[in-house]
Amino acid sequence: MPSKGSNVFAALRHFNWRQYIVYIAFVGIFIYFAVTLSSDGFLTMNNLLNIIRQTAIISIMGVAMTFVMSAAEIDLSVGSIAALSSLTTALALQSGYGILGAIVAGLGTGFIIGLINGMLVTKVAIPSFLVTLGMMGIAKGLAMWVTQTAPVPIINETYVYIFGSGNIGSVPVLLLWTLVIVAIGHVMLKKTAFGRRVLATGGNPVAARYSGVNVQRTKLYVLIGSGLMAGLAGMLYAGRMHAGRYTFGEGDELSVIAAVILGGTSLFGGVGTVIGTVIGSLMIGTINNGLIIMGLDVSQQNIVRGLIIILAVAFGRKSLNK
Amino acid sequence: MEAPILEMKNINKSFNGIRVLSDARFELRKGEVHALMGGNGAGKSTLMKILTGVYTPDGGSIRLFGSEVQFRMPQDSEKHGISMIFQEFSLVPTLTVAQNIFLGREPRTRWGFIDDKKCEEMTRELLSELHVDMDPNRLVSELGVGFWQMTEIAKALSKNTKILIMDEPTSSLTTKETEVLFNLISRLKQKGISIIYISHRMEEIYRICDRITVMGDGRHLVTDDVGRLDMDTVIRHIAGKNIDSFEWKRRAGSSNSPVVLQVSGLRTDNRVNGVDLELRQGEVLGIAGLMGSGRSELLRALFGIDRVTDGEILLRGQKVTIRNPKEAISLGLALVPEDRRVQGLVLEHEVKDNILLPSLARKRDVFVNDKMEKNLAETWVRNLNIKTDSIHKSARLLSGGNQQKIVFAKWLANDPDILLLDEPTIGIDIRAKSEIIETIRRLADEGKSIVLVSSEMAELLAVSDRIVIMHNGKSRKVIAREDIASEGDLQHAIQGF
Repeated sequence: MPSKGSNVFAALRHFNWRQYIVYIAFVGIFIYFAVTLSSDGFLTMNNLLNIIRQTAIISIMGVAMTFVMSAAEIDLSVGSIAALSSLTTALALQSGYGILGAIVAGLGTGFIIGLINGMLVTKVAIPSFLVTLGMMGIAKGLAMWVTQTAPVPIINETYVYIFGSGNIGSVPVLLLWTLVIVAIGHVMLKKTAFGRRVLATGGNPVAARYSGVNVQRTKLYVLIGSGLMAGLAGMLYAGRMHAGRYTFGEGDELSVIAAVILGGTSLFGGVGTVIGTVIGSLMIGTINNGLIIMGLDVSQQNIVRGLIIILAVAFGRKSLNK
Repeated sequence: MEAPILEMKNINKSFNGIRVLSDARFELRKGEVHALMGGNGAGKSTLMKILTGVYTPDGGSIRLFGSEVQFRMPQDSEKHGISMIFQEFSLVPTLTVAQNIFLGREPRTRWGFIDDKKCEEMTRELLSELHVDMDPNRLVSELGVGFWQMTEIAKALSKNTKILIMDEPTSSLTTKETEVLFNLISRLKQKGISIIYISHRMEEIYRICDRITVMGDGRHLVTDDVGRLDMDTVIRHIAGKNIDSFEWKRRAGSSNSPVVLQVSGLRTDNRVNGVDLELRQGEVLGIAGLMGSGRSELLRALFGIDRVTDGEILLRGQKVTIRNPKEAISLGLALVPEDRRVQGLVLEHEVKDNILLPSLARKRDVFVNDKMEKNLAETWVRNLNIKTDSIHKSARLLSGGNQQKIVFAKWLANDPDILLLDEPTIGIDIRAKSEIIETIRRLADEGKSIVLVSSEMAELLAVSDRIVIMHNGKSRKVIAREDIASEGDLQHAIQGF
């Protein structure tokens, strides 16, 4: 991936220490696994593509979450939106609306929930933490309710090829989706007026408002974006698993937030990096993958993963204070 | 005459080699209300911070009740019976009056739990002693500002305070609340409590104070009974021969240029209560008034931050409604706000992004143009002489003066017609100050129209073509600059209501 490599280096030059740490940690962990697990197949192309497949959906939701957190908001409902959207997508296909219908159903689900989240945050002035915490339950409940918890199989081969299961040559479609979304997200955050308004809104909402930024509308847009990307994530889950199911995306909100924070986006808004988020997501994926190959059981995996995340963030903080 | 209970002598204090107090002194008698006066930077607040243990003096002595004391931290001073009521109150809004008063010192039951009943009872006693009608169980957040202050005073008294320092206590009070406060002050006097009363309001000082001390340039200037120190003398001392004073440069007249902004009968729910004014192109219109007179709030209303409830704004003869800053900006207005750290800058962001923010907020293009942005930012860093290693440095790391220049740059880069400046030189060093004053002159000469709110008489007099006097949310008088001979004149006009 030469393009990604040069992105990382370009990013390295601009970012301060706190944002370096994720790259260093990622490279360190990668080398560690590459050396210790070389005979266990960690470095095989197949395994590396596996890591990318496993992290793609988190990365895609992470891109949108980077905007949300840069604007000093949060979205806890992304995992549940993905579950609901996987089902609406599968139902649309089952009812014969075709791929276009599936796209409208999947993205529409995310859009509508994102819009409701955004309206509640900006018009009713409820903190996004509470709105999306509530929405997490509602969307999950709806996902269980529509089919009485039954999974909905997908038999449309074209759909599953495009949205998650296909390979072009040896390149998984999921990797292409990730690259496209990341590229769009990175450019939007760094190179568009909208991105700057998001960062200003999170950095100091009062100063942003006094400078003519429509702070409320900016927050509305990032929450809609987050809903949309969670909807896309649900569609990709459906494509990858050949079904819609209410358990998809369970706990993803925490992985997504962890990836965003590890990547160097500030929990308090005003600072954000899409590339960092992807690296954060890849790092978590690599740790998961490496620990499984090492033969750790699930309990040990959880402990080690937790420790690495805390350490990485702690080092980032420490260097920030210098 | 009885001996003073507090004597501060030869107090010296420097910050970064700049002397802010030199041989300052102050004394206080038992049961007196003693006004402490002086212009901005006279050293009043530094002296009070030394008395309350926030700063330690470089030299000098403090004698309290006849013995030498040294305060290393605020708790030391509090232990000796000194309390200060701040302009921004330090109460917890989600707790009740009683809980606030006894916060951290709650009476306990036998079992070591907090005794809410006793706490409430003691508060009730305290309040009735002060003749304040207030329910101890009300949440502070439900009470008006006047009651916050009462709560603070009650809290101070519950700690056995002998000396109470009040800093501009009436600036946020209504007339009625002020009366209640004055009654309270006279009761405190009777109880033998001494009060240091910091204020710029002559009328109040002559009503409730026994003595006045005036400071200037970190020195003691005069102390005397109010009966022997008339207002003219006090004003003369405050105005002093201000060595930092800026010269008034008469500019080519703007009196014939067209009116760009006309405001009539303007009212908001936030202190603006009937303002009329006219601003001509290329004019600097000063707004003078006491703290709390509605000066900053007027600018907030013009910039669409506070909602206008009544009155008209005409821009170049057209009636306009300004509902938010975005609309104000698109009409060619700009606001340099009072608090640059909270309202003016995104402190963590780089200089460049701060400068570009207003231009970004209104531009229609989707993508930003890195090269153009860089040029624009660098141009304004150069134009306003902003001292920074790079346009990519975080605004937080710059000095106050340079931060303020960034706030100017961000608006000038957006090329506004009318600039609203709210205390543009507050808290910045003298060099940056004179640069900003020079900038204001230059902008007016270039044809920009400027409304300047300032508490610094010297600054208003240096650049204004006309000055509007505000009082209690109303514009009361407009004076042409050539009709004002001195800072004293302007002080008289401000106090004259």
